[in-house]
Amino acid sequence: MSRNETESQDVKVRRTVWRSVAALVGMFAFAFALVPLYDVFCRVTGINGKVDTTAQALVHDEVDESRMVTVQFITRNGSGLPWRMDVETRQVRVHPGQTSEVNFTFNNQSNAVSWGRAVPSVSPSTATRHVRKASCFCFEEQRLEAGERIEMPLVFQLARDLPSEVNTVTLVYTLYPVEGKQQSPLQAGVKTIEGDEA
Amino acid sequence: MAPKVPPQPTLEQSSTAVEAGHGHAHAAPPKGIMRWLLTTNHKEIGSLYLIFSLIMFFIGGIFALVVRAELFQPGLNLVNPEFFNQMTTMHGLIMVFAAVMPAFTGLANWMIPLQIGAPDMALPRLNNFSFWLLPVAFTLLLSTLFMPGGGPNFGWTFYAPLSTTYAPPSTTFFILALHIAGVSSILGAINIIATILNMRAPGMRMMDMPLFVWTWLITAFLLIAVMPVLAGVITMMLMDINFGTSFFNAAGGGDPVLFQHLFWFFGHPEVYIMILPAFGIVSAIIPAFARKRLFGYASMVYATSAIALLSFLVWGHHMFAVGMPLAGQLFFMYSTMLIAVPTGVKVFNWVTTLFRGSISFEPPMLFALAFVVLFTIGGFSGLMLAIAPADFQYHDTYFVVAHFHYVLVPGAVFSIMAGVYFWLPKWTGHYPHLRLSQWHFWLSVIGVNLTFFPMHFAGLAGMPRRIPDYALQFADFNLVSTVGAFMFGFSQLLFVAVVVLCVRGGKKAPAQAWGEYADDLEWTVPSPAPLHTFETPPTFQRPAH
Repeated sequence: MSRNETESQDVKVRRTVWRSVAALVGMFAFAFALVPLYDVFCRVTGINGKVDTTAQALVHDEVDESRMVTVQFITRNGSGLPWRMDVETRQVRVHPGQTSEVNFTFNNQSNAVSWGRAVPSVSPSTATRHVRKASCFCFEEQRLEAGERIEMPLVFQLARDLPSEVNTVTLVYTLYPVEGKQQSPLQAGVKTIEGDEA
Repeated sequence: MAPKVPPQPTLEQSSTAVEAGHGHAHAAPPKGIMRWLLTTNHKEIGSLYLIFSLIMFFIGGIFALVVRAELFQPGLNLVNPEFFNQMTTMHGLIMVFAAVMPAFTGLANWMIPLQIGAPDMALPRLNNFSFWLLPVAFTLLLSTLFMPGGGPNFGWTFYAPLSTTYAPPSTTFFILALHIAGVSSILGAINIIATILNMRAPGMRMMDMPLFVWTWLITAFLLIAVMPVLAGVITMMLMDINFGTSFFNAAGGGDPVLFQHLFWFFGHPEVYIMILPAFGIVSAIIPAFARKRLFGYASMVYATSAIALLSFLVWGHHMFAVGMPLAGQLFFMYSTMLIAVPTGVKVFNWVTTLFRGSISFEPPMLFALAFVVLFTIGGFSGLMLAIAPADFQYHDTYFVVAHFHYVLVPGAVFSIMAGVYFWLPKWTGHYPHLRLSQWHFWLSVIGVNLTFFPMHFAGLAGMPRRIPDYALQFADFNLVSTVGAFMFGFSQLLFVAVVVLCVRGGKKAPAQAWGEYADDLEWTVPSPAPLHTFETPPTFQRPAH
């Protein structure tokens, strides 16, 4: 093999390596890009029960009285937040297009201030995009004083174009502590202020 | 019946050609441990990979035997559940990342330069680095077992939030170990691609390459595509655990299901990374001992590429039970079943190669034939699992365990052993001890089936995986599995004996050790292969078809 050919082989190897490295970096970036992509994909398609957590305008005068849909509410405590979350009624029957209001109560059962957030999810996922919320406690984080009890409304509407096979819609709210805004229970026993820095 | 003619090439070993390579201008290699720490020779690095993987195979095997011993009888008998979880997890991690993958990389290091007529890998020093990362990574991983809170206990799939919110404190070390192992595989893959694309003997076109080279090239592309995704996932875990992000934490707006999507986007191509090189090995061995050309070389290449491409579209079949819209279930179900087509092409080609061949049953052929039969069984149970509505029944049961062990043990592991038996004459200059190899084969094949076949039944009857105790009706199946597992485990000591004896001595092997149908370039260099080969590129002669 002549010197020229050897050199060109080195050049070719180098080119292959750089291309591979570029592909590597691209795939690593792609893995991170998948996170927002996944989020957007789920929101757009409603798969996974992810709902918009911003208020939507209600649409009036289009109640479909020929149809009744059961809306169920499930509240759960996700992890470690010493709160109790209840709903005044576990189930309502509504017409598509009808505006309803349901009250939820939050009760901080500990002796410390804490921050929590209810994360919503809708089932079946085909109904997700047809749930319109005008006002919801799930839009923001809540701060509850020790022992405080508050009531917050959910105002919602099912869109008239709710797929016809959907007869029951379940709204699930899972309570989570807000990271970085909590007092540990141990601290809470000693002093009762702080807790809401940040 | 065709007459049995064992390959008996004359001992025309060209010992004179050996010295030629050694002669010039190589500084004396360092002695002792430094020789192995500093070596840039593809054969030595290949041996290091293979020895490392064999050690890890035994460590992972001991973990498996702890699991099987606990499951020998119902009830909590030997170990506590926390330790049982660490054993199942570590068994999986070690076998996947430290045994099977390095074994294939070792075979690639040894054989790819020999098969394409290159003097060494394209990047020899990088090669040394990627090997020596492995002992570091897995020492770190194994050391987590001695840390407070124990080692990883969340299964080899390390689903969040088990591996984040509820993980033991050692998880950060697990992440680091996996990062290092990932860097090692990525560097190995780059090296293999650079070697195959640029260093083939003059005249060797892509479609002239032996199938082991082809399958490894495709595997290396898969590694480059998905190992960075694994690195991304574990980096997100690291940030969730230590830096307060919420990639997989629903409380902060993240999503644990996202973890599963990302993991299996890596994980499904990963299972093909562990089986494609096996296809290449078997495609070399079957023609050699059937004394025929491989049937359908080109279709083998296209089928392998098709499997690799489809592997990116099927990750959802691991997640049917997680909750997925009907359209998603249908898509992943049909795309998964589509993979059976190229896989079927391969099995068809092997069987057709055997058809009317003059078959003999040397040790490599025994393992290769067992591979074809048992891997196909694993493929069929995979098809059953691919059926979304049926999967709700099978999900997370021992049926899944039976399935992936059939494709990984008598699949990947048997193919590695077949490859080792096939190439041992080239590496050591001696044939492996025939009787011992046969004992090793038959004990292994009986042990494997005793271990994993009953798991199909236990799984269909509803026994869940990863649980240290079980209902009484599963007792008999588990007893058989445990007996089989110990039989399989201990018979691997025979494998070590065969390899050690073969290195030490045995029947001398000529250059073309397995007859005229094993005629790729590696069989043109003397046995044992001298340290330096093909310093002047060979002229590639296309075999007459």
